[in-house]
Amino acid sequence: MASIVDGGPSLRRPVRSTHNRVLGGVAGGLGYQLRLDPVLIRVAFVVLSLGAGAGILLYALLWAVSPEVEDGLVEARAGTRQIAAVACVTAGSLMLLRAAGWWWSDALAWPLGAAALGSTFVWARSGEDERMRWMGLTSGSLFGGPASIARMLIGVGLVVGGTVALLNRYSTVSLREGAVPIVVAVVGLLLALGPWVLRLTRQVSEERAERIRSEERSNVAAHLHDSVLQTLAMIQRTGSHQDVLTLARRQERELRTWLYGKPAVPGEETVRAAIERVAARLEDLHRIPVEVVIVGDANVDEPVGALVQAVGEAINNAGLHSHSPAISVFIEVEPEAITAFVRDEGKGFDPESVPDDRRGIADSIVGRMARFGGTVGVTSQVGAGTEVKIALPRQKR
Amino acid sequence: MTEAITVFVVDDHRLFLSGVENELGAEFEIVGTADDVDEAIAGIRQARPDVVVLDVHMPGGGGRSVIEAVHATDPGIRFLALSVSDAPEDVIAIVRQGARGYVTKSIAPAELAEAVRRVHEGDAVFSPRLAGFVLDAFSLDGGAVEDPELDQLSQREREVLRLLARGYRYKEIARQLTISIKTVESHVSSVLRKLQLSNRHELSRWASDRRLL
Repeated sequence: MASIVDGGPSLRRPVRSTHNRVLGGVAGGLGYQLRLDPVLIRVAFVVLSLGAGAGILLYALLWAVSPEVEDGLVEARAGTRQIAAVACVTAGSLMLLRAAGWWWSDALAWPLGAAALGSTFVWARSGEDERMRWMGLTSGSLFGGPASIARMLIGVGLVVGGTVALLNRYSTVSLREGAVPIVVAVVGLLLALGPWVLRLTRQVSEERAERIRSEERSNVAAHLHDSVLQTLAMIQRTGSHQDVLTLARRQERELRTWLYGKPAVPGEETVRAAIERVAARLEDLHRIPVEVVIVGDANVDEPVGALVQAVGEAINNAGLHSHSPAISVFIEVEPEAITAFVRDEGKGFDPESVPDDRRGIADSIVGRMARFGGTVGVTSQVGAGTEVKIALPRQKR
Repeated sequence: MTEAITVFVVDDHRLFLSGVENELGAEFEIVGTADDVDEAIAGIRQARPDVVVLDVHMPGGGGRSVIEAVHATDPGIRFLALSVSDAPEDVIAIVRQGARGYVTKSIAPAELAEAVRRVHEGDAVFSPRLAGFVLDAFSLDGGAVEDPELDQLSQREREVLRLLARGYRYKEIARQLTISIKTVESHVSSVLRKLQLSNRHELSRWASDRRLL
């Protein structure tokens, strides 16, 4: 609230002044916000009050909904203050109706006013959290317990009972006259509840945001506990350096997917997702880091599926034979073709004197791709590693 | 022997900070370290290092605000971004802010040292992943081209980036394309310049998606 004072007048909602006040500080607050002399505003209120008490009504309303600037006592005093405010509002409305000629009889009006006041009293005396439960706005049970149900029933009973009694008493009068008290009762209720509904909505949305934040926090905590903390614990117990590396990479990959990954669309796997899955599996199997870089993306159909498998075999091959510290995979998806490179910096081989086991695997990759019009090229040099290039033309659709 | 390159290390994870300090300490002169944004800005201004090895993610604005503040007073200081994040928007954003290179924290010590040397010499350092992102962002059919000079990569630049993405080192790229290493370096620097200056939609979008612009 201090920010309203410090940051200059704000017109977003009315405030009341703590120091410049005659009655409730409403005129002082308005004057501050509208940059007018509060005396002018006080005169305006008096003049308006002469018109069937409209000024009083307005003043009471503003008083009820405006927070005081410069102190935090408003909320603490809200209960009593609001009862008084509601009393003012109800009395004001009745006076206004009476002056406007929309009047039936004093004997009728006063019980009705009392009934409305009684119901608002019930509302005002219950705590904010109970009211929220009544409104069904909190995550807890709809009703807070026998006590609040009872109070709720009393409140509603007062209003309904008052209205029914009036209708009974005036059953002989015309429909129009009979309807008026109901309208008045409803209006009275609305007036009484208005400020709360405003405040409640604000509180509930704040609470919901806080709840979402805390749920998110506990999700993150749970995930970090399952992955990172467990891994750290494992690292302290594991002997082998290679095991630790593999474990660390797997956890890193999982955490990365969880933090930055996009949710998978069922039935529609993309090249990126498929390759990353294959690479992850082989990385775990061979305990060699597989760096995957993919440019562009496409859905996996049959030819693309063959490419993914061929890339997987090339990675597997490198993992089995190259003794390379790492494997690089680069895939570029373009409108006319998909090109994949699987590269290691391992021991390599002389393509002229290819060992039989390599030949066989290369053939299976070549054969697989050839069925879809793809090509495979292998470059290798003893001591400098191997690179497999797989290219797949894409059909125009 | 020539004077050692001075290096300043910024990382909010102390464990990682001391690890990097150890790795680089053998070859470079570590003139300071910092583990938050304000400390980093003050320390870098005072120590005036040749190269700052900078963590991308830090409380209080992250590496980007360090580059912004330091470049406002000392535009000559060069930054090498180091991060665990491989999210494209993070990578692109830090490079657009002025970092001359980006490597991930899983980089081998020898390669990190080489990256620092390269940045010190005024070259750009692209990890395979950064090369992939740049190819993606500058893909031929991706959005309108307003300024052909800045919004498009030349055929040669694309070839260099593809080889980078395939895991090739500068020396290997030079051999593959039968050009000199200097030419490879100038291509990569040219890509860096385009990456920093282009208004290409994809680049702005990556940054603005996270309200970084």
